Amino acid sequence: MSKKRPSEEYHKTFAYHFFRWLSGEKDPYLGNLEMKPQPEYKTDSALQLRHEKEHDAILDKVYDTEHNKVLKLFHRLYHATSILFCLFLMALLLVTISHLPATGAAQKPVNNEVAGRYIEKGLEETGAVNIVAGMILDYRAFDTLGESHVLFVATITVLILLRLDKNKKGELSSLAKDMNPNDRVYEPKNDAILQLVATFLVPIIIIFGIYIILNGHLGPGGGFSGGAVIGAGLILYLNAFGFQKTERFFTEKTYKWICFFSLSFYCLAKSYSFFTGANHLHSIIPKGTPGAILSGGLILPLNIAVGLVVACTMYAFYAMFRKGGF
Amino acid sequence: METLEWLKIIVGSAFLLCGVVIFFTEIFGVFHFKYVLNRMHAAAMGDTLGITSCLIGLMIFSGFNYTTLKILLIIIFLWFASPVSSHVLSRLEVATNENLSEHCEIYEDLTILEQELACSETAESRKEEQS
Repeated sequence: MSKKRPSEEYHKTFAYHFFRWLSGEKDPYLGNLEMKPQPEYKTDSALQLRHEKEHDAILDKVYDTEHNKVLKLFHRLYHATSILFCLFLMALLLVTISHLPATGAAQKPVNNEVAGRYIEKGLEETGAVNIVAGMILDYRAFDTLGESHVLFVATITVLILLRLDKNKKGELSSLAKDMNPNDRVYEPKNDAILQLVATFLVPIIIIFGIYIILNGHLGPGGGFSGGAVIGAGLILYLNAFGFQKTERFFTEKTYKWICFFSLSFYCLAKSYSFFTGANHLHSIIPKGTPGAILSGGLILPLNIAVGLVVACTMYAFYAMFRKGGF
Repeated sequence: METLEWLKIIVGSAFLLCGVVIFFTEIFGVFHFKYVLNRMHAAAMGDTLGITSCLIGLMIFSGFNYTTLKILLIIIFLWFASPVSSHVLSRLEVATNENLSEHCEIYEDLTILEQELACSETAESRKEEQS
């Protein structure tokens, strides 16, 4: 049996510290690192008072609730309707849940014939080796169209929130001028190392993204992932060379037109295939031999359209958060 | 042939173990140092050397095929991307930190640094000549 040590000696050993750390009594890094607690958020009372005054002034001037009877009625109706709508939605969802099949029941959506058909006949019907691509861009292409639109609408919403507005004379609005000078001026500019690396990494990244998009119906990949890679390449180029260089080939106008053409092409192409499919007409789009690069019917062009939208959206988000515009 | 397989497994796992040890050192360094630039130095070491030795271990395991080539391309990409991103981050830190002189030596004028470097170089060359 080992000898018992005196406690003072034991307190100096590694094992004592280690077991204390293990049991969570003491964190050796707490208070020792550079991390600082966040400063407490203080509200400026004068500013708050001003905001409240402005709020009241807006209510008085715009709505004029004391004299405008119709508006008063509308406000009351609005509250009543919103409460009613919430109650209705809650009731609807609860009723739907009570009608769901029980766990393990035979008629559950998991057990229907759709999944089996995708796997057995997917290659024959869509011409895509990658079953997932065949599913999202052929059987369920309507879903994917909605997803692309969600991205587009999200950019537009962020554009409304973050854009630095200019008036007709081309001057920034008074709000933008009042803003504190931001820390964008401290950003490293014209970094030689970054520029040298970017000159040969950016083309490789963009080519890799194009490969992912074009390979979407043959293997893992597709429009969303490939578009994200291309967007990352564009962001790297922007970081290395600044806005002036990127604006030579990518402005708000380019973004608008690329998104418009891709989304409307998607709409029209898919409408055509839905129309012919629903009416049992012969579709002129060839399926091609499975495994070839030009196969899979509409899947390849649709992948390209989705990839363009995603790449532009990634870049647009970054540009807006950094500069408030393109 | 069997010895070759054993050799492959032993060398590959040696590389993997080496990578894991470097990662442990990185994590220890990140939590041990107190200033951000020192911590970044520790982190960048794991991102380049640690991940490279792990991937070399995997390359030895997979043998001579296309997967190996792809892993090699990943290594090349990481060796370009990781140091450059650390460099840009540290430049931002130097540009924005007001209390930088507390943590490290700063040369207001870069010519002083160049002179000092030239002096040390000439001193070294003299020593070499003497020996």
